[in-house]
Amino acid sequence: MLNQNILSKIAAKVASGERLTRDEGIALYHSNDLLTIGKLASQVRERKNGKKAFFIVNRHINHTNICINRCKLCAFGRDAGDPAAYVMSLDEIEAKVAESAGQNISEIHIVGGLNSDLKLDFYIEMMQRVRKILPGVVIQSLTAVEIEFLAQTHNMTYKEVLETLHNAGLDSLPGGGAEIFAPRVREIICPKKIDGEKWLAVHRAAHEIGIRTNATMLYGHVETIEERVDHLIQLRELQDQTGGFLTFIPLAFHPQNTALESMGISTTTGYDDLKTLAIARLMLDNFDHIKAYWVTVGPKLAQVSLAFGVDDLDGTVVEEKIAHDAGAQTDQAMSKNKLVKMIKNAGYIPVPRDTLYNVVEEGF
Amino acid sequence: MSNVEALLDKVLSGGRLSLEEGIELIERGNLIELGCAANTIKNKLHPEGMVTYIIDRNINYTNVCVCQCRFCAFYRHVNDQDAYVIEKAELYKKIEETLGVGGTELLIQGGLHPDLKLEYYIEMLQDIKKRYDIHIHSFSPPEIVHLSQLSGLPVSEVLLKLKEAGLDSLPGGGAEILVDRVRKQISPNKIGWREWMDVMDAAHRLGMKTTATMVFGHIESSADIITHLIRVRDQQDATGGFTAFIPWSFQPRNTDLGGTTSGGYEYLKVLAVSRIMLDNIPNIQASWVTQGAKIAQVALSFGANDFGSTMLEENVVRAAGVSYRIALKEIQRCIADAGFIPAQRKTDYSIIKTFPDLRAG
Repeated sequence: MLNQNILSKIAAKVASGERLTRDEGIALYHSNDLLTIGKLASQVRERKNGKKAFFIVNRHINHTNICINRCKLCAFGRDAGDPAAYVMSLDEIEAKVAESAGQNISEIHIVGGLNSDLKLDFYIEMMQRVRKILPGVVIQSLTAVEIEFLAQTHNMTYKEVLETLHNAGLDSLPGGGAEIFAPRVREIICPKKIDGEKWLAVHRAAHEIGIRTNATMLYGHVETIEERVDHLIQLRELQDQTGGFLTFIPLAFHPQNTALESMGISTTTGYDDLKTLAIARLMLDNFDHIKAYWVTVGPKLAQVSLAFGVDDLDGTVVEEKIAHDAGAQTDQAMSKNKLVKMIKNAGYIPVPRDTLYNVVEEGF
Repeated sequence: MSNVEALLDKVLSGGRLSLEEGIELIERGNLIELGCAANTIKNKLHPEGMVTYIIDRNINYTNVCVCQCRFCAFYRHVNDQDAYVIEKAELYKKIEETLGVGGTELLIQGGLHPDLKLEYYIEMLQDIKKRYDIHIHSFSPPEIVHLSQLSGLPVSEVLLKLKEAGLDSLPGGGAEILVDRVRKQISPNKIGWREWMDVMDAAHRLGMKTTATMVFGHIESSADIITHLIRVRDQQDATGGFTAFIPWSFQPRNTDLGGTTSGGYEYLKVLAVSRIMLDNIPNIQASWVTQGAKIAQVALSFGANDFGSTMLEENVVRAAGVSYRIALKEIQRCIADAGFIPAQRKTDYSIIKTFPDLRAG
């Protein structure tokens, strides 16, 4: 069996820590030997992170759903003037952030749509206000897509925008907006969104001024296996150059309420989720962490993924709107106790972290 | 070689595990190594690369129940506003709908109603069989014992009368955990483990096949789970009448017992250990109703060879807050996407139709 030979060869490379090629990544995807793939990914996971399973006590805020891009993959964005459109004022954002004071959160996570009314001043003040209320909390905010939009609006370079926001309090960028880098795919699912080159350029700029960032991949829509593997390799190449990525987060596509729903796209299967997480662990040898975002894959699968290469389950989240507007049936928040129990029941060690993977509490 | 590896070696070379060895597996084994052993055993038993499912309808004829188990969200008192007993016309309509979508089986189960006598059940079975050609897989052991008590007839006689009226096989519900210490806490009014097994024993001896279930993830210990598996295995040695084993996790919402549901990890582990321990049971079902489609599909790598039933109606689990819904198409997609051939089966696991074209790659 050809496939079995390739798997054995990959197993030998994994054991000796050798980097996998594009063809090997594709071969892994074509295999249905879920347990072997999991076992290999688990080997890498334990080498890098032992039995640790990280999570974060965080709070998400989606400050506006008005977006000029209106990507087909998205059920969250609205046109300005739509009855369901909203923008939170700085006072409202401040009030939400203030709710989290005293709850020992480690991160505030703010992302939203491309809203032409919100200029750089708005975001500078937003960062300053959040920083003032929660001085010790990491602010992870604004995807590469939002940074690029601000740069264009103000005719500034990515670095200028990032430095300005960094000075106001921004610590880290989330990995959203990466989708699948292949132009063919972006033409279908998000034709107006910045291309893969620009997404990577924003992250490179962030890394160069010392801002650590995350990377994502939205899978389970119109992309091919090859396009997924190419996506991983592009991330791996940038990481080789900058080392600025903290973690990689595959995001399972939720078709409900999006313009892609009518194409007959279903939600991802359990096999696809676990293979994608495990193959990411195997391909991204220069990433420290692989995260299963329980909001999109579901908490049960997220727990199982700890044995398939994953070492991070994201966090408590609170009030997630983007995946839920697309039909995610998961809860909007997960208590810290529940996360700890989930991790312990699977035989791993819960480690609460901040965005930068500093351990914030020990002894679970 | 670790102890767990040695035990798995023993199983894979045809050995059988004891209570202590089973406990060692569940407490010390890691998920992937248990999965690999379970998967090897499954592949040996089912080398055809098929995963089966059945199109059936679950009809809950009454929600009135004197048992009132603490883990159940379905039961009502006779006088409750929303208590019901199904009307014949409605029953027939449901059966016709089932046949209309290619269904082959009725799973009729209900509460332990204090006023419905054996004659009611006999008449129901005869009425159905007179009108329709459909397999009746109905009445779990607590219902059979309840009927035995109401009628004053021994269990085997009740079963014989029901069989003559048209009952074909028995579902394995009401097993919960087959350890009386646990049963006293979660279902104090329900029959003990020995009575449950005696019903199955009697049914098997009358030539009726049954399944066996296990509900875990509440207050039971690892030893309780393994004891349950060994009791089922011992019975199977004696009568050979179990067609399948179906473990599923406790669903806490709206129940007196409360608590949280077990995770996907624990589910897959128990499933794999079940496949490893139950060397004499041919089929293990994945439970999409309690686990959702994703974990049920992953279970196909952890020892399961059957996706269970389409469950056109499942009031009991729905009452406890499981919001998963999978249509037939979704079941087929999950099976094919995992690299198996979807196959529609009958209650006795004979294949009606396969769908090789759906398989990916």
